[in-house]
Amino acid sequence: MALLQISEPGSSPDPHQRRIAVGIDLGTTHSLVAAMRHGVVECLPDAAGRVLLPSAVRYLDATRRAIGYSALASQAEDPENTIVSVKRLMGRRLADIRQREKLPYHLVDRPGMVALATVAGEKTPVEVSAEILASLRQRAEDTFDAEIFGAVITVPAYFDDAQRQATKDAAQLAGLNVLRLISEPTAAAVAYGLDHGSEGLYAVYDLGGGTFDISLLRLTKGVFEVVATGGDAALGGDDIDQVVADWALDAAGVEAASPQDKRAALVAARSAKEMLSGATSETAAWRAEIAGQLREVELSRAQLEALARPLVERSLREVRRVLRDAKVAREAVQGVVMVGGSTRMPLVRRAVAELFGPQWQGTVLTNVNPDEVVAIGAAIQANALAGNAKDGELLLLDVIALSLGLETMGGLVERIIERNTTIPVAKAQDFTTFKDGQTAMALHVVQGERDRVEDCRSLARFELRGIPPMAAGAARIRVTFQVDADGLLSVSAREQASGVEAAVTVKPSYGLADEDIARMLRDGFAHADADMAARSLREAQVEAERMVLATRSALAADGHLLSAAERAEIERLVAETVRIAQGADAQAVDAAVKALAEGTEAFAAARMNHGIRQALAGKRLEEV
Amino acid sequence: MLPRLTDNDFVLFGLPERQGLDRARLDERRRVLQAEVHPDRFAAEGAAAQRLAMQWAVRVNEAHARLKDPLRRAAYLCELRGVPIDAERNTAMPPAFLARQMEWREALDEADSAPDAAAAIEALDDEVMRDERAGLARLEQLLDEAGDTAAAAAEVRALMFVARFREDIARRLEALDAH
Repeated sequence: MALLQISEPGSSPDPHQRRIAVGIDLGTTHSLVAAMRHGVVECLPDAAGRVLLPSAVRYLDATRRAIGYSALASQAEDPENTIVSVKRLMGRRLADIRQREKLPYHLVDRPGMVALATVAGEKTPVEVSAEILASLRQRAEDTFDAEIFGAVITVPAYFDDAQRQATKDAAQLAGLNVLRLISEPTAAAVAYGLDHGSEGLYAVYDLGGGTFDISLLRLTKGVFEVVATGGDAALGGDDIDQVVADWALDAAGVEAASPQDKRAALVAARSAKEMLSGATSETAAWRAEIAGQLREVELSRAQLEALARPLVERSLREVRRVLRDAKVAREAVQGVVMVGGSTRMPLVRRAVAELFGPQWQGTVLTNVNPDEVVAIGAAIQANALAGNAKDGELLLLDVIALSLGLETMGGLVERIIERNTTIPVAKAQDFTTFKDGQTAMALHVVQGERDRVEDCRSLARFELRGIPPMAAGAARIRVTFQVDADGLLSVSAREQASGVEAAVTVKPSYGLADEDIARMLRDGFAHADADMAARSLREAQVEAERMVLATRSALAADGHLLSAAERAEIERLVAETVRIAQGADAQAVDAAVKALAEGTEAFAAARMNHGIRQALAGKRLEEV
Repeated sequence: MLPRLTDNDFVLFGLPERQGLDRARLDERRRVLQAEVHPDRFAAEGAAAQRLAMQWAVRVNEAHARLKDPLRRAAYLCELRGVPIDAERNTAMPPAFLARQMEWREALDEADSAPDAAAAIEALDDEVMRDERAGLARLEQLLDEAGDTAAAAAEVRALMFVARFREDIARRLEALDAH
C-alpha cells in the first residue's frame, strides 16, 4: 500500500509548484521585464501602467538615485550624473569606446572596464546596469508579491565574453539568480516562432539603440537552432542620433561644448528621427537649446535617410556575411523578423527587403512589437528553465558569435573555437615550450576574427607555472577552452608529458570576482536598507528550497533507479536540509545544501544515463 | 548497456558506421539527445547535475559537428578503421592534383583584379565546389562500397586542401565586401 506523504510545515508538498521566473531585456535605451501571468507571457507594467523602463540612472547624491523616466527627464539638466545607454560601456575599456569625447560623462580609465565619475562616486557600467535590473526585479516582485525564482537575461548575440560576463555580474549584483543568458535574436525567434508555429529558416534583424545583431535560425519542432550569427556591438539608433545631431549643429552653425549642450543636441535629434519614423510628414524640426539659445533646423526625410544610410549599410554587410557563413542562399530564408526600435525606420525596412532582391519570396515580418518581443521570448525560456513548462517543449541551440583563441609566437592568433560553433562546447589543443628548461608559460586568451593579437579583444592572461624543465618542444601543454550554455568562457592548461599536473582555470579578467560582488552587496548596493545578515540567510533558504524541490521532483520521476538504501540516504539528506533551513544559521543552511548536492551526484548521473537510453530506445522502436 | 561519454560518435547517435548519412535523421537524433542532456533541462537543479549535463551536451555537440561535416566524418571513419589521416606528415599528393591547385590559386589572384572581382571569385568557387562534391562522392564509394580505407584517407587529405582553398576564397569575398 502506498503511504500518504506529509510535507514539512512551510515547504511545498508539490514538486511541480510553479516558480516565478522572469525574462529581462536589458536594452541600450530601455529595458523590460516579462513573465508568465494568468497563463500568458506578457511584459509587466510599472505602477503607472508603462512596460518600458528607460535605461537611465541618475545619481542625485551619495545615496539617492532616480531610475527610468524620472532620470530621463533630467538628462539635459544634469548630464554628468544621468547615465543613459550604459550598455555601450559594458565590459569595455576606455580605449574601446568610439567617439567618447561626444559623451557627456566623466569617464575614468580603469583596468578591465571604464568607470564613470558621478556625484555618488565612481560607478562601473556593471553597477549602473544593476540599478536598472534591481528596479525591474522589484517591479516583478511587486507584481507577484513573491520572490523571483530566477531570470533569463538577454544579451546581443554579438556581445563578446567580457560583455556577457559584465551582464551576468550586474544581474548577480541586483540579487537575481541568473538561469541563463540568451541572445536577443534567439529570444525574439522564440517569441515569434512559438506564436506563429513557424518552421524553416528565418533571419532575425535586430537593430536596437546601441547594438546590431543578425542571426539566422532554423526552426523545427520546438528546436531553435542558430545557424550563424553576426553583428556589431556598437551600432544602433544612438549612432543615427549622433550623425543627425552633428549635422544639425553644423547646419545651425553652433558647437555643443558643454555636457548639457551635447545631451540637448542628441535628445533633439532623436525626437526628430522618431517623428519621421512614425508620421507621414516629410519634415521634422530639430530644436535644441545650445549655449542658452534656442536653435532650430528643419530635417527632411531625405536628409535623415542620407545621414543614416552608411550606418544601415554597415548592418547589411553583416547580413551578407552571415548568409555566407551559413552557406545558404538568400532565397532559402523564409522571413526576416524585425526587432528593436530602430527597425521602425522605413529606410531600414526597405533596405533589408532590397538586400534579398526583387525575386525573394520571403517576407519582412514587422507584425511583432519590436520593443517587447525579446523580453517575451526570454520569459518563455525562463519559465521552461524553472521547470514550469512541459518536458522537451523548447530547445535552444545557440552558437558563439566570435572566435576564441590563444596568442602564439610573433603575435599571431591560434583559433581554438571557431565562430558559429554550437554551445556548450569544449576544445583542447596541445602547445609546447619554446626554450630548453622553460618552466612557465604565459597564456593570452583573445576573441575575434583577425589574425593578429592586437586586432582582437584581449580577454585574459594567465601563467602556467611548475612545468618540469625539459628540452624545447618536449613538453605537452594541453589548453582546454570551455564555453558554457551562457556563452561564457573558461580556460584551463595542463602539462601532460611528464605526468606532472599543473592546472589553472581562469575567468576572463573583466568579470568581477565573487569577492567583489560580495563587497558591493555589503556596500549596500542594490539593497540599501536591507540587513545583510537577514539577506544572506534568506538567500541560503531560497537555495535550500530550490534544491529540496529539485530533489523531490527527481525522486518522484526517477526514484526507481535507486536501491532502497540509496533512496533512504537521499531522503535523509532532504529532511535534514528542510530542518536546518528553518533555523537562522545561514552557514549551516549552505552546508546542508552542499551535502545534499554532493549526496545526489550519483543519482543525477544515473538519471541522465537513463534519459539518454530511453531517448535512443524510444527512437529505435518508432523506426521499426 | 549504459550510454557512455566515451562511445564513438556513431554509437552515441545510434547510427550505422558509414559515410553515407541521412542529415535529417542525424539532426533528429541530436534533438532527442539534447532534449535529455542539455543544461537547460537542469537549470533548476544543483551544481552536480548541471556539470554532468554540460559534459554530455558538449559531447553531443562535438559528435554532431563531426558527423554533419562529410569531410570530418570520413576522417573519423578512417581513424575508427585504423588508418589515421595524419595530414601533417602525409603531404605527398599526386602531381595532377597539385597542378590543379596551382591553377586555382592563379585563377584566384587573377579574379581579384578582374572588373567584377566578386562575381569572378564566386564563379571560381562554384568550380571548386563541383570538384569538392565529386571528391566527396568518391569518398563515400571508397568507404561504404569498396572498403578501401587507405585510398579513402588519401582522398580525405586531398579534400582538406580543397576545403582550405575554399576558406581562402571566403576570406577574399569578405575582404571585398568590407570596402
